[in-house]
Amino acid sequence: MEAVDSLFHGFAVALTAQNIMYMVVGILLGVLIGVLPGLGGANGVAILLPLTFSMSPTSAIIMLSCIYWGALFGGAITSILFNIPGEPWSVATTFDGFPMARAGRAGEALTAAFTSSFVGALIAVIVLTFLAPIIAEFSLRFGPAEFFAVQLLTFCSFVGLGGGSPWKTVASMMLGFALAAVGIDTVTGQLRMTFGSVEMIRGFDFLVAVIGLFGVGEILLTMEEGLAFKGERPKINARVVLDTWKELPRYWITSLRGAFIGCWMGITPGGATPASFMSYGLAKRFSKNGPQFGSGHIEGVVAPETAAHAAGTSALLPMLTLGIPGSPTAAVLLGGLLIWGLQPGPMLFIEQPDFVWGLIASMYLGNVVGLIIVLTTVPWWAAILRVPFSVVGPVIVVICSIGAYTVHNAFLDIVLMLVFGVVGYVFKKLQYPLAPLVLALVLGDMAESAFRQSMILSGGSLSIFWSNGLVSSITALAIFVLFWPQISAGIARLVSGRAAKQNSPGD
Amino acid sequence: MSESKGESEHGGVSVRTLEIVVAAALMGLAAVVMYDNWITGARWGADGPQAGYFPFYVALLMLISAGMVLLRALPLAAPRRRFVEPSKFRPVLALLIPSMVYVVFAAYLGVYVAAAIYLTYFMFVVGRYKAAVVAPVAIGVPIVLFLLFEVWFLVPLPKGPLEYWLGY
Repeated sequence: MEAVDSLFHGFAVALTAQNIMYMVVGILLGVLIGVLPGLGGANGVAILLPLTFSMSPTSAIIMLSCIYWGALFGGAITSILFNIPGEPWSVATTFDGFPMARAGRAGEALTAAFTSSFVGALIAVIVLTFLAPIIAEFSLRFGPAEFFAVQLLTFCSFVGLGGGSPWKTVASMMLGFALAAVGIDTVTGQLRMTFGSVEMIRGFDFLVAVIGLFGVGEILLTMEEGLAFKGERPKINARVVLDTWKELPRYWITSLRGAFIGCWMGITPGGATPASFMSYGLAKRFSKNGPQFGSGHIEGVVAPETAAHAAGTSALLPMLTLGIPGSPTAAVLLGGLLIWGLQPGPMLFIEQPDFVWGLIASMYLGNVVGLIIVLTTVPWWAAILRVPFSVVGPVIVVICSIGAYTVHNAFLDIVLMLVFGVVGYVFKKLQYPLAPLVLALVLGDMAESAFRQSMILSGGSLSIFWSNGLVSSITALAIFVLFWPQISAGIARLVSGRAAKQNSPGD
Repeated sequence: MSESKGESEHGGVSVRTLEIVVAAALMGLAAVVMYDNWITGARWGADGPQAGYFPFYVALLMLISAGMVLLRALPLAAPRRRFVEPSKFRPVLALLIPSMVYVVFAAYLGVYVAAAIYLTYFMFVVGRYKAAVVAPVAIGVPIVLFLLFEVWFLVPLPKGPLEYWLGY
């Protein structure tokens, strides 16, 4: 097995004392980011990204991806102990996690959440290990038309699978594409939408947008909700952990289903948040414990956590193989790759095997390290949450402003960050999704050049997206996903119509 | 209306109003983008699509989708919901306005001094802490940040008179 050989090579790269240290630092920072309101995976990584410019790319990506795993773990802590989701994907964890904590079973709920996260991530990394080389090799055959079709699929998934108003999703996405186009046109070198301003030539950096939208926007929301962290104290010890571990294998179907949903939603960028809700909903429907969900059943913690972590992890698969991130945090990591001078996509596996396999191996190790760290340090994180928000809030704003400045050493970026913060606050409240905006801002240039190259090849005809089996099946899938809500409603109507017909004569 | 007192105080913006304002703003932005890219050239050039081609159609889609959002928000049938309760909006402004002032200060005094002032203000006025609690945080946090960025990671941040006086 070629993948296994490469993986072992990757372990050799990742298992140096220095990289393990970065891993531990990354996980600790990540849990901190996941626990604090206003800081999350995406903007946390965005703020810390400039600090890694001087590190070797492999060490840097190991540390940054570990921040991401840490943030995924950390989100569960606040959900369970404080009923406040630290991250959007842990909202579903509060449904059963917090009732468990109030019933004095916080230790059990936390152990279940962390272990499920770990299982979800592990399954997703295994999928990634074996699927990534295949997809990378396959995508070597891609031309510009195929690349644009894949991007179309990505963006159609947001509209079709993201839930919420499709028009708002499209509007938010197109705003991202428009912002991405500001500055110098990469093909002709012409200036676009600079309106005579020199500062505008640089364009909008998505890192600044991420820090503003997710960081400052989130803090403004937190201020509005007036958070007072009143939570349960965790009692967690080796006995509770072992007892919970004995119980967990009973819910293997829920875990497996959650992991599957997570992998699917991570690869086609539905994201961790819908994956966690979907997994919770399906578990509630199919489990024999379903009626007890919501009152503090451990299975209700297992389902969303497995899916969220699987989705978060598998979001890196399309980022590495196609250069198309499956989540905002993956998008930030992709931005990092570009800054370190690495071109994501199929060639990465051929040209930078150390980097790719070192990263994949670090995903195995990082999650083991993460599980151990979070299980042993939970009380400490809970204590941090007791620091009032009127202290933490402004400190986070200061850190965000520094993060925004360090991207380009441009002061204007701090101002832009505040503007994006207000936009993020308003968009969140009006339920405009932010992830499509960020992804469009990241992928704008790539999508545009793929589209233009396709147009040049075809002489301006859109039929190039139907010109061969490969590209037409991707385009067809994209259109299918785009109209998925209508299609699934149609199927449901057909099925219920038939069922009604079958039932009526019997009645 | 029972909520009239709150409304007269803060204008009580409803969700519907804000939906319309945001959708209209997006449409306006889309129109500006379309206009600018049409000037740049959004047609088929001698060697392929012109520079404004892609953004022009992106903005067209934005115009259409924001227009749909606007149309859906217009009917008055939906129950009137406040975008944000005035009592809850006060803390939002309590963070946002000092943050803006902080950014202005940072431009002249440097990030570290501005952060110290900002933290002091916020903890005193919003958090109502005693000086004994405020001082260590307001002075400690900028010092830690200074060590982290200027000394360990060698990432220069905006500095002001105090740092120059100290020799940085």
